[in-house]
Amino acid sequence: MNVNVKLNTARYCAVFISLFALFVLSVIWSINSGSVSIPVGEIWRMIFRKGAIERGELAADASAFNIIWKIRLPRLMLAAVLGGALSLSGFLLQTFFRNPIAGPFVLGISSGAKMFLAVVTIALSAWIPTVPVAVTVAAAFLGSMFTMMFALLFGGKLKNMSMLLVIGIMISYICSAVTDFLINFAKEADIVNLTHWSMGSFSAASWRDVRISALIVLPTLLCVFLLSKPISAYALGEGYALSLGVNVRRFRVLLILLSGVLSACVTAFAGPISFVGIAVPHICRILLKSSKPILMVPASFVCGAVFCVFCDLVARTVFSPTELSVGTVTSAIGAPIVIWLMVSRRGGQAQ
Amino acid sequence: MDKPYFELRDLAVGYNGKPLLSHISLSLQRGGIMTLTGPNGSGKSTILKTVTRRLPAISGQVLLEGEDLRFADSKVLARKMAVVLTDRIRPELLTAFDVAAAGRYPYTGSFGLLTRRDRDIVLDALSRVNAAGIADRDFSALSDGQRQRVLLARAIAQEPELIVLDEPTSFLDIRHKIELLEILRSMSRERGVAILMSLHEIDLASKISDTVVCVSHDGISAFGKPEEVFSDLSVRRLYGLERGSYNAALGSIELAAPLGVPRVFVVGGGGYGIPVYRALQKAGVPFYAGILFENDLDLAVAAPLAASVVKCPAFGDLTEAHISAAKALIDASSAVIDSGCPARGTNSAKAELLDYARSRGKRVVAGGVSEVMS
Repeated sequence: MNVNVKLNTARYCAVFISLFALFVLSVIWSINSGSVSIPVGEIWRMIFRKGAIERGELAADASAFNIIWKIRLPRLMLAAVLGGALSLSGFLLQTFFRNPIAGPFVLGISSGAKMFLAVVTIALSAWIPTVPVAVTVAAAFLGSMFTMMFALLFGGKLKNMSMLLVIGIMISYICSAVTDFLINFAKEADIVNLTHWSMGSFSAASWRDVRISALIVLPTLLCVFLLSKPISAYALGEGYALSLGVNVRRFRVLLILLSGVLSACVTAFAGPISFVGIAVPHICRILLKSSKPILMVPASFVCGAVFCVFCDLVARTVFSPTELSVGTVTSAIGAPIVIWLMVSRRGGQAQ
Repeated sequence: MDKPYFELRDLAVGYNGKPLLSHISLSLQRGGIMTLTGPNGSGKSTILKTVTRRLPAISGQVLLEGEDLRFADSKVLARKMAVVLTDRIRPELLTAFDVAAAGRYPYTGSFGLLTRRDRDIVLDALSRVNAAGIADRDFSALSDGQRQRVLLARAIAQEPELIVLDEPTSFLDIRHKIELLEILRSMSRERGVAILMSLHEIDLASKISDTVVCVSHDGISAFGKPEEVFSDLSVRRLYGLERGSYNAALGSIELAAPLGVPRVFVVGGGGYGIPVYRALQKAGVPFYAGILFENDLDLAVAAPLAASVVKCPAFGDLTEAHISAAKALIDASSAVIDSGCPARGTNSAKAELLDYARSRGKRVVAGGVSEVMS
């Protein structure tokens, strides 16, 4: 027994060390690549001697400096924060529905957030040219809660995991149809931003976005981490959780609110990005060979960050100068994982 | 033992405010085993769900050490009451040890990390249910019997004073049923844990329980020691058995007697006749049986299955009247089956009956079931 406990600890350490190493690696790689090539030494100097360059004590190419500080760094930070948020949101939904293929995108929650965002943007465009960030985040949050309600209403009754998926996709189609309808009848100028991010992209990232999303996501991450213990009890089912002293009703509401905040934040800043919420927690489970939430919460977050930074890197460099939307890349990687998950489960765990 | 440890006081249970069963008043002492039995859908699970606070009580009280559970703090209650539910859980990537360790939840800190002592308690609970060897196996890959034992270990690791189990023996084969009940008994005797469970096997219920409660569609129909509650008749009434029967002394169930006019007479006794009676019942052949003393094991099976049995009082004398009654039934039959019981002592009338049958030209078949069927 003790031997096994030690072995597992070694595995957990190895997973976390490699995830952090991968994160550092993907960050470095991401800063170094792009359509304008900047020497590595130059990049490091620009990052670590930023103050000196700004004060004019150190010479540097101004346009390269701007590319690093105003484009690449905020974009990569936003991808990291929102990637972590997305996969954490997926993990929470999987816990809630006790279904490994639940996630903000397949349940239609992202599309719902997008729809509310479109409604608010178009409605307000008559009075104000740019909608304040607080309003976009709030609209996205309301949208996710609204669609989550539908998923709960229909999905809660269905114990069958494929049916939940079907309902989620239907909700997603309805929301997309409404969004498309609104965009069709909106004025060109109002919707430039809408069509851009309705595909999901980190390209418009600014430091302000990074700051605000980090302010929302990191405290939420902390809350989720503090919920690890009840999440682990909930894994055995509601009845057992209740008898262990978990306030199940409050716990379920918390799960919904936290995952809603996370997916709303992602939608507000980057648009709907698909499959990260399912693929990343699943990869983490395989790596850790465990579903203990105290490991899964931090692992999902870091792994999600790595995954999105990497996918964004692929999106902007592989077909350069043409840039793909990051949602395209995450779908290409994530959807096969979902298919594999469903097929491999059919045999092993009959309903 | 003045105040009961656990008590239901005029409880009404049901769904959505509609009472399914009402006026339930029961009490259980520390170390006592109380079993709810009754037909499917009678509300055993509903009572257990209410007791474990999964359902609100419609009226009345559930008291643990005199305290109303409605107002009990759920964290304190978790250290007193553990459950084994019928819910089929399928956790992902959790070992048997992890599942059993969930029982330590009420004792661990805010991150649920196990201390050395917690680990020892979990391992001890697992070895108590003979599951220490499978501690490292994936829970979802275990057999039903192993899972149920691990779930029981989970409840034991919770170090409760009361364990509530809903149909713990469903999905288990007979060996695992007995094993599970033995563990429950040792928990109650050695640790003074009170046990409240539902079982639909009345034979097992009567053997394990200190108290049985018959839950029928109209409410609690009986409550008391198994030997007081279970009679052949009360069980038939509880389950609405119209065909078939239950023998309280043996705890055995017999199917209904074949219908029709009997053409066969079975000469049995001392248990020799039992396989013959059962074989005839399976083949749907109605039969007579005799001559059986009332304390004969054969009678427990012959009485519910035979169309008519020639009986002789226990410890009494076999008289001419019994023999002529048997001869009358042989006259009505076309064949006589000799079950192979020895024809000596009190059973010496057997030879006389067989001779009589031959003299009247009846076919006399000896011995085994296969000969009889041909």
